[in-house]
Amino acid sequence: MIQVINVSKRFLHNVVLDGVSLEVQDGETVALLGPSGVGKSVLLKHINGLMKPDAGDVIVDGLSVPRLKRKEIQQLRSKIGYVFQYGALFDSMSVYENIRLGITDETCANDDGYCNDRVKECLRLVNLAPDVAEKYPAELSGGMKKRVGIARAIAGAPKYLLYDEPTSGLDPVNADVIDALIERLRDELGVTSVVVSHDVRGSFRVADRVALLWQAKIRADGTPEQVLASQDPAVQQFLERDLEMGLIQAEGEDRAKHGA
Amino acid sequence: MARRATITLDLRRLVGRWSLRAADHVGRFTFLVLDMFRGVAEWRIYVPRTFEQAQQVGYGSLFIVLLVAGFAGAVTSLQTGYQFTGTLPLYYAGAVISESMILELGPVLTALILAGRIGARYAAELGSMRVTEQIDALESLGRSPITHLLMPRVFAGILVIPALTMFANATGIVVGFFTAKGSLGLTYADFEYGARYFFRPLDLWYSLVKSYCFAAAATVIPCYLGFNAQQGAEGVGRSTTTAVVSASVSILLLDVVITQLLLGVK
Repeated sequence: MIQVINVSKRFLHNVVLDGVSLEVQDGETVALLGPSGVGKSVLLKHINGLMKPDAGDVIVDGLSVPRLKRKEIQQLRSKIGYVFQYGALFDSMSVYENIRLGITDETCANDDGYCNDRVKECLRLVNLAPDVAEKYPAELSGGMKKRVGIARAIAGAPKYLLYDEPTSGLDPVNADVIDALIERLRDELGVTSVVVSHDVRGSFRVADRVALLWQAKIRADGTPEQVLASQDPAVQQFLERDLEMGLIQAEGEDRAKHGA
Repeated sequence: MARRATITLDLRRLVGRWSLRAADHVGRFTFLVLDMFRGVAEWRIYVPRTFEQAQQVGYGSLFIVLLVAGFAGAVTSLQTGYQFTGTLPLYYAGAVISESMILELGPVLTALILAGRIGARYAAELGSMRVTEQIDALESLGRSPITHLLMPRVFAGILVIPALTMFANATGIVVGFFTAKGSLGLTYADFEYGARYFFRPLDLWYSLVKSYCFAAAATVIPCYLGFNAQQGAEGVGRSTTTAVVSASVSILLLDVVITQLLLGVK
């Protein structure tokens, strides 16, 4: 279980998180929504200890993340897969080496046979052909990079998966592919996931619960239906604007299909 | 009067801001160095990568180091001839060329070239890894960027720079001798006599100690600055420039300090 308890974080005079609390049950997928620059990624980085809160606590798997020592946090991170916004693939390494680096268990990481099988399995899970393993990140498209990023994150068979804007910068078709992939991984691997996004349509599709981060606080938290029914003007404003964008994109796709 | 007060206030703010920034750098740098000491036990991770880096840095820098050392030896030889001809015995040229190369030109020129060459490379590599979240990705995979990225680069520099310094010393002396032979008509026997007459084993140790210290400055500072790069491509560019300038200035400062400590006349 992941618990974010009254977390506050500021950068100089900019308060990014102000007493934010969030709970993610085991096996649950929570979408954290909010406008760009509101602090969603900052909150995600608190969960795997890449950032420390100014106040409050983050508990993952029963451990208080900010209080963990170097070795302990490394051990905890091996249970948490993190999918970065732009993939963050190591560009000097091939796709194979990138995914292999995600195998965090030391005994397995030194076993070439296991690693080869695991890399193939991870590529299959993210719908990529085995020959992609030989390529370098510079040779991949944006969507493929995201999928390799996901493959690297799941290579260590993590208990938790954190997705940072998994569909940003992708066209609607590729965004749908990634959303379907998140759903599939949830069903096949049973991981606990937090998906940070500003894509309402996709988030509602993949999430069991949705939380809206607005002006440094959690403004709404509930099932997609509960959040959609919220009377809070800020929630309505955010959802309407994003759903409108989704509709415009869908219409554009339809027109393109019929035109073709 | 009011104008004066504003200027004083601004100066105070400026000094305050600079002091805070300096303290921040000192703190971060200290923690980074401490983390490197803590990571020494994880040799299985950094040793293979150190050899890879050393190979890249060593082979890549050999030509430019030898070229510059050769030119330095030739110029020293020509200037010695210009100053000493007709006033001092010719064998003094052997002493001046070899001692200049071993004590000063070999270590300092090699370190300055490598501060520019590998310092810029380390800062740019680590800086772009930082801004593209590759360092965060490494940490999120439960790996330490200190042992995976920094220690191999620093140790490769510490391994390679002293070795290159010794090659530079030898090249400078050989080229210096041939230049003196061509321009002054200095014989090998005279050159060797002069070189041996003033040589002390401490000189070579001094050269080696200096090159180790310079190697640390030329690698740790760029690694630190690249590791802490911020704000996209502009930040990477800034950290790279700062890395080369800071490493070069540190080398020159260390040169004075080490010379005073090891050879200083009391």
